[in-house]
Amino acid sequence: MKKATGTVFRYGDNVDTDVIIPARYLNSSDPAELATHCMEDIDKEFIKKVQPGDIIVADKNFGCGSSREHAPIAIKAAGVSCVIAETFARIFYRNAINIGLPIIECPEAAKGIEAGDEVEVDFDSGIIVNKTKGTQFKGQAFPPFMQKIIAAGGLVNYINEA
Amino acid sequence: MGMTMTQKILAAHAGLDRVEAGQLIEAKLDLVLGNDITSPVAIKEMEKMKVEGVFDKDKIALVPDHFVPNKDIKSAEHCKCVREFARRNEITNYFEVGEMGIEHALLPEKGLTVAGDVVIGADSHTCTYGALGAFSTGVGSTDMAAGMATGKAWFKVPAAIKFNLTGKPAKWVGGKDVILHIIGMIGVDGALYKSMEFVGDGVAHLSMDDRFTIANMAIEAGGKNGIFPVDEKAQAYMQEHSSRSYTIYEADEDAVYDAEYTIDLSALRPTVAFPHLPENTKTLEEVEEKIAIDQVVIGSCTNGRLTDMRVAAEVLKGRHVAQGMRCIVIPATQKIYMQAMEEGLLKTFIEAGAIVSTPTCGPCLGGYMGVLAEGERCVSTTNRNFVGRMGHVLSEIYLASPAVAAASAVTGRLSGPDELEW
Repeated sequence: MKKATGTVFRYGDNVDTDVIIPARYLNSSDPAELATHCMEDIDKEFIKKVQPGDIIVADKNFGCGSSREHAPIAIKAAGVSCVIAETFARIFYRNAINIGLPIIECPEAAKGIEAGDEVEVDFDSGIIVNKTKGTQFKGQAFPPFMQKIIAAGGLVNYINEA
Repeated sequence: MGMTMTQKILAAHAGLDRVEAGQLIEAKLDLVLGNDITSPVAIKEMEKMKVEGVFDKDKIALVPDHFVPNKDIKSAEHCKCVREFARRNEITNYFEVGEMGIEHALLPEKGLTVAGDVVIGADSHTCTYGALGAFSTGVGSTDMAAGMATGKAWFKVPAAIKFNLTGKPAKWVGGKDVILHIIGMIGVDGALYKSMEFVGDGVAHLSMDDRFTIANMAIEAGGKNGIFPVDEKAQAYMQEHSSRSYTIYEADEDAVYDAEYTIDLSALRPTVAFPHLPENTKTLEEVEEKIAIDQVVIGSCTNGRLTDMRVAAEVLKGRHVAQGMRCIVIPATQKIYMQAMEEGLLKTFIEAGAIVSTPTCGPCLGGYMGVLAEGERCVSTTNRNFVGRMGHVLSEIYLASPAVAAASAVTGRLSGPDELEW
C-alpha cells in the first residue's frame, strides 16, 4: 500500500454516522452526491475546505451508530485519504476496510495531532508522521487477514480473487 | 478456559471445537438481512462479484422499512431496486408494504431467527435477535453482499462482558430502563467490539419484548452483540412463531469475561437519556428542571412491540395529550398493528389525540413522519439521540420507555406515569 499525505481535520469523541452523513440524504447511494453532505451536521466548512488526500483525526469511538456504509463511502468520496482515531466503532471499522478506506487506530497520534497539521501516513509500516510538529507515531498494524482485503482493494475484489 | 455463549455459537458455525477472543474465523450464516437503505448498495456490490445469484434464496431477508411507504422519488427508486432484486433471485423472505414491519420486530415474529443462529444484517440494530439466544450483529452493505453471495462472513471472535441481572423490575420499569441504565453506566463505547451477555435470575422477570429492547440497544454501548440465555419464555416464543428447530448454547462455567456487573432490576427507576448521547442518562427523579416537549414518538425497532403499545395505552387511556403536543405512535409490524387494533389500543391512542402510523422507521432517523424543527424537543422510545438524528441539528431527543413517553405526551413536559393521577 502507498502513503497518504494531507492536512488534518480534527474531531472529538463519538463522531457518529448521523453527523458523518445525515439520514436525510440516505435516499441516495451515489458516492459523489453523499460526499457533498459529508460531516455537514458537525462541520459545515468541511466539504468546502477538504482537498484530495486530506486526513481526518478523531478521538474515541469514531463512526459509532448506524451501519450505513454510506458513511465511509462519503468520507472516501470527499477525497479523504485516511482516518486516524483513538478507537473506531466496530461496524464503521469493518465497513472502511471493506470499501478500501484506510483507517488506523493510534491513541498517541490522536493526542499529538491538531487541526491543520500536515500529516503523512505510511500504511505498510503504520508510521504516522506529523510534519508540522516534527513528531512520529506508530499506528496499530492490521492483522494479515485484513491486510489481504485491503491489498485486494476491498472485500469484493478479495472474494473475486479467492 | 471455557467459552462464552457467543463464542460457542461462533465456534459451531466455523466448524471448530473451540475459539477464543481475538481469533479471526469464517462462519456460516443462517440469515442475511438488508433494508431499503443498505440493500441497494449491497446489490450494487454483489453485481461486481463473480457469483451466480445468492447462496440460498431462503436465507436472505429483505425488508424495506426505513423510508417506506416511499417518502420521495429517490426512496422509491431504492425500493424498486430491492424489489426487482428479490424477484430476480426469487428471495423467499421479501416483505412488501402490507406485509412488512420494522425489520427487527418482523424477523423474530415471522420465525426467521431462532436460538443458536448466526445472523448478519446491514442494519446496526441486527443485534436484537440475541434476545432469542442467537448471535446476530450489524454489518455494512459490502458484508451483506458477500454474505448473500457466499453464505459466510468473517468475524473477530469477541471478548465479553457479563451482566448479572437480579430481582424484579418495579411497575413502569421495563427493558428500555434496563438498557439505558447499563449504557449510562458503561458509556457508548463501554462494550466496544465485545459481546454483552445478560444472565441471572432477573432475566425470568423480563418479557421477550423487554429482552428484544435490551439486546437491540447493545450497539449503543458499542457492543458487537447482546445475548440472553434460552429459557422457557424464549422457547415458548420460538415455538409460537417459528417452525425452525433451534439449538441452545450455554456459556461454560469457566468462561472468561473482561468485566462483570450485577444489576438489581428492582432498584431501577424510569430512566431517560438526555441529548446528545445515549450514555447521558438520568432517572426521572434526578431531573430537577422542567423540560417542555413538542413531540413524542412511540415505536421503532427498540420499542414498537405489542407490550410497548399496551404500556403506552395504559398511560394514555382516558387522558389527552397536552395542548400543542404531537404524539406519533407506530406499531412495528402489521401483526402488532392488528393486535393493537383488536385490543382497542389504537382507539385509545386516537381518542387521546395521538396519531397512529403504518410501520416505518421514518422518524427515528429523521427520515419522515415526524422530523423536528430547530429548537424542538422530542421524547422518543427510539435508540439514538445524536445531534440532528431526528431533524434539525438544534433539535433535542430524550430517549425513554413507552411509559415515560406517553406520560410526557400527556403533561407536555418530560415526566413519568407516577406524576399522573391514577
